[in-house]
Amino acid sequence: MSSTANSGRAGRALPWALVTPALGWTLLFFVLPFIAMGFSSLTAHEGGGFTLTNYSQFFTNPSYWQAMVNSLQVTAIVTVVSVLLAYPFAWILAEQVPERWQRLALMLAVLPFWTSYVVRSYSWLLVLAQNGVINRALTGSGLIAEPLQLANTRLATVTGFVHFFVMLLTLTIFANLKQLSPSYRKAAADLGAGPVRTFLHVVLPLTLPGIMVGAFLTFVLCIGDYITPQILGGNNELLMPQLVMMQIGRRGDFPLASALSIILMAVVTIAYLACARWLKIERA
Amino acid sequence: MRRIVRVASWVYALAVYGFIFLPVVVLVLFSLQATSFPIPPFTGPSLRWYDAVLSDTRLTSALVNSLLVASISSATAVTLGFLSAWGFARFVLPGSGLLRGLITLPLTVSYLIIGMGLLVLFNWAGVPKSLLAAGIGHVVINLPLCFAIIYSQMGDHQINIERAARDLGAPEWKVLLLITVPVMAPAIFAGFFLSMTFSWDEFVISFLLTRFDTTLPVEIWNLLRSGLNPKTNAVGSLVFAVSIVLVVLFELTLLRRRKA
Repeated sequence: MSSTANSGRAGRALPWALVTPALGWTLLFFVLPFIAMGFSSLTAHEGGGFTLTNYSQFFTNPSYWQAMVNSLQVTAIVTVVSVLLAYPFAWILAEQVPERWQRLALMLAVLPFWTSYVVRSYSWLLVLAQNGVINRALTGSGLIAEPLQLANTRLATVTGFVHFFVMLLTLTIFANLKQLSPSYRKAAADLGAGPVRTFLHVVLPLTLPGIMVGAFLTFVLCIGDYITPQILGGNNELLMPQLVMMQIGRRGDFPLASALSIILMAVVTIAYLACARWLKIERA
Repeated sequence: MRRIVRVASWVYALAVYGFIFLPVVVLVLFSLQATSFPIPPFTGPSLRWYDAVLSDTRLTSALVNSLLVASISSATAVTLGFLSAWGFARFVLPGSGLLRGLITLPLTVSYLIIGMGLLVLFNWAGVPKSLLAAGIGHVVINLPLCFAIIYSQMGDHQINIERAARDLGAPEWKVLLLITVPVMAPAIFAGFFLSMTFSWDEFVISFLLTRFDTTLPVEIWNLLRSGLNPKTNAVGSLVFAVSIVLVVLFELTLLRRRKA
């Protein structure tokens, strides 16, 4: 930017002195750990030495493979349900709520977003447990005789995730809807389109790239999360992060945990590449 | 038609608000009853379990640990983030785009994998599990955030003020401390408070990198082994309250920036 003004007086040392601490921290505590993890994933748990078994195990052991399938299924369900729930909600906040109340309405809508992850999952356990709020309400009102098995199921994991991501997506989609210039809607109305047609042909397509970004963010955060499936899903079916933590906790098998982490990251990267390409096609 | 949309909107919005607030209301409500299970019917109010939390030294020391780790790691992250943002915004550096990409890269990786990497590295280097190790991890996740916030706020307006100061003979360190820091204060505070909230809530890195002395989310995790427990409700409500205070502070600094 203003290099000519600065370089004379400051010399070359100052700018490097400013950026080196941050770069050094990132190299030392982010890049180097990553390399260490890569090396670790290629060593045998018993006795060390180079091996590829940590990776081949993933493909040959059906329970590991199943964890990845579970993770992908849960993440896909969560992403779709969250987008479908959040979009109308964000639309109502942006279009139906009077302007002066919008800030407050949005702040309220994302308030529980700031509870800690662990506490939020535990709160859902209170709601879904055998003697929890929902089962007490249903048995109390005589709708069902026996309490339903809600906790420790995939449904519980999905509910906990959807709760979090509805808030996140409401934030991003709301911002997207507010960024739309009102002149688009006016133009559509001038050309004779009713509110439904305006929405389907103007508002929805223009907010689609924003939805994709939110959906991708949901995918990445959801597939890497350990807490929600561990607290709400229990150990009935394992997701990838649970599998990784299990290798460390029970067996101290760092090489296998490293390999599984790297595989998980590879899947996210592939999803990113697929998503990025799809986004570009959408824009063209 | 208009009216139908209106009514449907109200019903839908209230349903979603209900869904969003249901677990939080249940958490706080049942933290306020004296029975030993946080389940219906509600028999409060009572502050018995808050008393139990505040007299539990494991929880209170974990709370102090959390505040220490959050404030020190956030201060470190915001300092490194500010200095690098200033360096990249004010000077032309070779490979600037690539280096900025490197600093923001940790944002794209899940906490679990960042924690795993540090665990493997520290294990290999013989660094023991400790609060310091967890704090280092928290700086890794918050530095890119602080950098991105502060870097995005460094505009031409500030450059001109800095230039004026230099023309009047101020040395570089004086420009930094007396001009840039005060001008950038809202962004610096925003980065700091956002880091505080993330570090305060962070679980998996602390879980992997600490042992006996640990942070509050990990201690709450340990409480979960006892199943539904009103003490967990009480400590969870307290944690929520602290997060809300941090978020309000964050909002206020944002508002001040908008008015300025």
